[in-house]
Amino acid sequence: MFEKFFSQASSKWMEGTGEEADIVISSRVRLARNISAIPFPHLLQTTEAKKVVAMIYEALQSLQSNEQVKDLTPVYLQDLQPIERSILVDKHLISPQHAEEAGGRGLLISQDEDISILINEEDHLRIQCLYSGLELEKVWNEASQVDDLFESVLDFAFDEKLGYLTACPTNVGTGLRASVMMHLPALVMTNQATRVLASLSQLGMTVRGLYGEGTEATGNLFQISNQVTLGRSEEEIISSLLVVAKQLIDQERMARHVLLKETKNQLEDQVCRAYGALTHARVMSSQESMSLLSKVRLGIDVGIIKTASLQTMNEMLVLTRPAFLQKMKGKELSPFERDVQRATMIREKLLDKIEK
Amino acid sequence: MYCDECQKKPAAVHLTKIINGEKSEVHLCEDCAQAQHKEWTLGIDANFPLNKFLAGLLGYDPQATGASMNLTFTPPEKCESCGFNYNQMSQIGRFGCNRCYKHFKDKVGPLLRRVQGSNRHTGKVPQRTGGTIRLEREIQSLRLALQEHVVREEFEEAAKVRDQIREIEKKLGR
Repeated sequence: MFEKFFSQASSKWMEGTGEEADIVISSRVRLARNISAIPFPHLLQTTEAKKVVAMIYEALQSLQSNEQVKDLTPVYLQDLQPIERSILVDKHLISPQHAEEAGGRGLLISQDEDISILINEEDHLRIQCLYSGLELEKVWNEASQVDDLFESVLDFAFDEKLGYLTACPTNVGTGLRASVMMHLPALVMTNQATRVLASLSQLGMTVRGLYGEGTEATGNLFQISNQVTLGRSEEEIISSLLVVAKQLIDQERMARHVLLKETKNQLEDQVCRAYGALTHARVMSSQESMSLLSKVRLGIDVGIIKTASLQTMNEMLVLTRPAFLQKMKGKELSPFERDVQRATMIREKLLDKIEK
Repeated sequence: MYCDECQKKPAAVHLTKIINGEKSEVHLCEDCAQAQHKEWTLGIDANFPLNKFLAGLLGYDPQATGASMNLTFTPPEKCESCGFNYNQMSQIGRFGCNRCYKHFKDKVGPLLRRVQGSNRHTGKVPQRTGGTIRLEREIQSLRLALQEHVVREEFEEAAKVRDQIREIEKKLGR
């Protein structure tokens, strides 16, 4: 039933649709919730943790008549192969921590993968919604509605003064982490990215790499999220992130405009060389593919490349990851074999598009 | 003069260290100096874990608070519900259960002000477990509406709103 979660790179967030989808790859909202009077997950033994998972699965069953949660599929992480868990991480459906310590942890996942609820990660529930493009208000509304449904059947830990109570005090209050994944190659090329992104911390925003906390920003992809969860309403958090994202979009567009105007030949050269390498190379490291895909993506946005779509580019972010490459081959691969498989996959994917 | 590290290349960087009044000199070639420099700068901020900061803020890490001088031993306070004690909590930067927030109330307030810049939730309130706060907020917004009606001399509307407020206050047992 859930084989497709691991065999296809077709999450809703990869569609390349939604507002500003050329620059904003995806928008995400995460709500941290806990069940009252049960210790937080890090204090639970596996058997106790399993009871929490069962409790939440039961809650889901009682909600089956609701459109929004009807198609959520429950998954016990322990029942999955490590490689399948890695694929869920690569698709941004679960966190790396959730994949590593699978014992007593669960997941509810919707068919088009726009809703995922992590059970017994740092908190009992982490309700996540993930859409393509700049759609923060939509993801917040969706996540909030799912939250309301579960709140109607589960006792969430809530304090009148402090709001939703979470394991870590950095999430208390709204329990809301909203984030946008942005592709900012022109800001990087014009050496503005560091300065611009560093100033965000003064606005209560955090900047991270593609795979969350502690990861590097590869492929000119940056994840921007709110830092503070208490003392501001959800609407305030969402709207300030939206404003920041829009400003970054303006800056990026301006930088692209300048690059096109002042250094058109160099830009075209870089983009086309990247495209050439991706469609002809035989061995390709993950790092290299990320940097080349970023250039081709920019080429698509500014009209230099017309034979590939944003959706293909988004899917490639996941397909080039080690877990997916091995899943496609159906066996474990050495790092070198992966690099060969990666080159083959990219070539087929891009050339296939041209023939059609 | 050759490099102290590799003994192969000529020294190009000369460092003088003074530690506790003791002076020492190090001479390095450019490559070795760069390698060491990386070690020093990267070694410090490479993924300094969040819970370490939190530990400092929670007042546990003696180094961070400078309180190491006069440590007196007091048995750690425990949360009655989950048995998690305050020291454990400060070390890992997480609470044990939702009731810890009540048990360690005196410490939670200042901590949240430092971590979050605030200690009052102004966002969403759950329908069922939200308690009276939902009604309190409703009264607040109705009072604002009442004032506006009065200013605009819309007395009929104002009377309606006043009745609504009384209705809710009754529910709250006032």
